[in-house]
Amino acid sequence: MELDLAISPSGFVFDPRTGATFSANPAARLLLEGMQEGEGLAALVARLQAHFEVGEADDLERDVLEFLRVLQDETLVPAERELEG
Amino acid sequence: MSEKPRYERPSLQRHRSGAMNKMGSFPGLRSKGQIDGVAVGELVERYGSPVFVFSQRTLEDRIRTLRDAMRLRWPRVQLAWSYKTNYLDAICQIHHREGSWAEVVSGMEYERAMRNGVPTSQIVFNGPYKDDASLERALVGQSMVNLDHYDELAAAERIAERLGLRPKVGIRLNMSAGSTPRWSRFGFNLDSGQAWDAVRRLLGGGKLDLAGIHCHLGTFVLDLDAYREAAGKLAAFANRLRDELGVKLDWLDVGGGFASQSRLKSQYLPGEQATPPLSRYAEAVADGLRGLNTPPSEMPLLILETGRALVDDAGTLITTVVANKRLPDGRRAVVVDAGVNTLFTSFWYQHQIHPAVPLHGTPEPTVIYGPLCMNIDVVADSLLFPPVEVGTHLLVGPVGAYNIPQSMQFIFLRPPAVLISPRGEHGLIRRAEVLEDLVSLDRVPDWLRGE
Repeated sequence: MELDLAISPSGFVFDPRTGATFSANPAARLLLEGMQEGEGLAALVARLQAHFEVGEADDLERDVLEFLRVLQDETLVPAERELEG
Repeated sequence: MSEKPRYERPSLQRHRSGAMNKMGSFPGLRSKGQIDGVAVGELVERYGSPVFVFSQRTLEDRIRTLRDAMRLRWPRVQLAWSYKTNYLDAICQIHHREGSWAEVVSGMEYERAMRNGVPTSQIVFNGPYKDDASLERALVGQSMVNLDHYDELAAAERIAERLGLRPKVGIRLNMSAGSTPRWSRFGFNLDSGQAWDAVRRLLGGGKLDLAGIHCHLGTFVLDLDAYREAAGKLAAFANRLRDELGVKLDWLDVGGGFASQSRLKSQYLPGEQATPPLSRYAEAVADGLRGLNTPPSEMPLLILETGRALVDDAGTLITTVVANKRLPDGRRAVVVDAGVNTLFTSFWYQHQIHPAVPLHGTPEPTVIYGPLCMNIDVVADSLLFPPVEVGTHLLVGPVGAYNIPQSMQFIFLRPPAVLISPRGEHGLIRRAEVLEDLVSLDRVPDWLRGE
């Protein structure tokens, strides 16, 4: 997935197309980095599992899909873009 | 190997210019794990969720603060508990134990006051509709009946004539005062001369004695000058009654309307900054009454019908998060188990919402929805809130005023209410509603029964 963003280790995110800036929490930063490397849904979920202590009630797949929706709302990715399985 | 950090759901917040100010961008969300020393978890385990929790200590403090502040400034003061604000028996009885009389606005409320042991002579009866039976009971019982309109005046005269009584009554006045929106639907208008006409009509009838005047400026009045001006107009009216008609009043009733620590939706500052302390309301009323020209031995009783400002801050609702979701506009939504059916005041207040446990993570714009299958069921529509897990208890406050009497039985059953004593004991003051409470009122006519 094409994601042209500058992402600092602290979670500061800069969109060079618009000049908009964002704060990403650690999970969001990891997902953005994964998306920049072209990872699909399964890889992104695995990335979260590898970095965090995940509780039984957490639904990572849902969270990743919702996060993609947030990126689309912020026009950081095209609205029609979907993650590969 | 180092321990992995606990997972928090991904959150991306756009930076907006102008969002920061000198106060900081986020006021900080304090968790509150207990109410008056009783753990939230203990309350939920014992009484379930949602549950209203009232602090007896806070309620008593508020009553004493107002009473003492007013007595410092006026020799004869009487609080009359506004039943409609919260007529749970236990709440009313706390007021009466503190010496408050009752202020009621219907026959039903009048009966509740009598059930609570209030002598009828210590009941103030207001409201725009007093049915004949209730009006008669109040006149016979020598309650302080404040007449609202000419039709009620005539009804009181008919009752007095039929029973051979000559009751003392008050009349209710409305007026413009300060910047407060004028409530003109109750009583007789002072500014137009209608109130003076009503007095002359009342005295001319020869069946009733005028013993009191009453006004109620409005609700959630933050403008102290409104009370100063209204009390001044009442004093001037009382002086005129005395000078021109020889009427000596037994009581002056300035109604209620003092604001609580809640925050209206239209209000910029939070309640603790915007709401004047009770002592300043008392000061404004006493300032206004200073012009009253009465010998000390004939000083009328000053009645205050303060409701919201006494009980609101004593009430908290514990509710529980049942779901998280994401709205199409990117906002996070949280669903809790109590909605506008239980928290009627959500329609006009921005309630303070505290989690029972500390929450971590980035605060995001969040909508808090109730459990009703209704689009309007919004408990908080724009709140910066960190991620919150299902099962987390939230404390919503202040909610002690109006929510219990105005709660709707709609879709869900109404929750219980609990009182915590100053010693930390707690117990039910209203049990949870059960289905039988509702269906016991229903009837199915004969033609729908049978074969």
